[in-house]
Amino acid sequence: MSAPTLTNMLDARVSVITNDGRHIVGTLRGFDQVTNVILEDCAERVYSSESGVEEAPLGVYMIRGDNVALVGPVDEELDAELDLSETRAPPLKAIKF
Amino acid sequence: MSPSRVVPLTFARGAIEKIAKSRSRRADVKSTRVLDVALFYSYFKTLVGKPVTVELKNDLAIAGTLVSVDQYLNIKLENTRVTDEARYPHMRSVRNCFIRGSVVRYVQLPEAAVDVDILHDATRREARGA
Repeated sequence: MSAPTLTNMLDARVSVITNDGRHIVGTLRGFDQVTNVILEDCAERVYSSESGVEEAPLGVYMIRGDNVALVGPVDEELDAELDLSETRAPPLKAIKF
Repeated sequence: MSPSRVVPLTFARGAIEKIAKSRSRRADVKSTRVLDVALFYSYFKTLVGKPVTVELKNDLAIAGTLVSVDQYLNIKLENTRVTDEARYPHMRSVRNCFIRGSVVRYVQLPEAAVDVDILHDATRREARGA
């Protein structure tokens, strides 16, 4: 077993969920041992119960590690099949320590 | 991870006992908390390859196969599936993920992989610090 790192996700599209409940999708360009991450061409997916998902472009983002809850590589095929405009869900709750 | 890499339970038992015994020789009380973390880290390592469900501190629950864990209890899962996908459609295009240890509330373990007596033993030995 190797330690869990983000090495295998470098330069891939990743989904990041932050502690305040935001969902950001971008290309992982860098990270370190405390999960600080740098994302390029990223966009926030804004969820709402009333309307479909809206994508807000953000450009390059550096997210401090203590705000990162989860990082996962996006399967581009699966992602292309998603109909975001028809996806309705309440926004994610913030992480509550 | 191929099934052959799955740690057999007999090995897991031996490992936990060995860890607990080697710890019990040290009487450094100040480092008890650090050792506590290391005990659970060692324990989680024996669960690699097993199906677990991780519940985050935002109520999101993710089921998957445990791939790896580190000293912060950061966790990597593969073949992930969000337990309540209707309520949380955010991860439909994500099949494996890295979860930061600091946001984990619970890890639900497969019952067959848990030997409560050995865990009790190891944690009590730790608590005594003897």
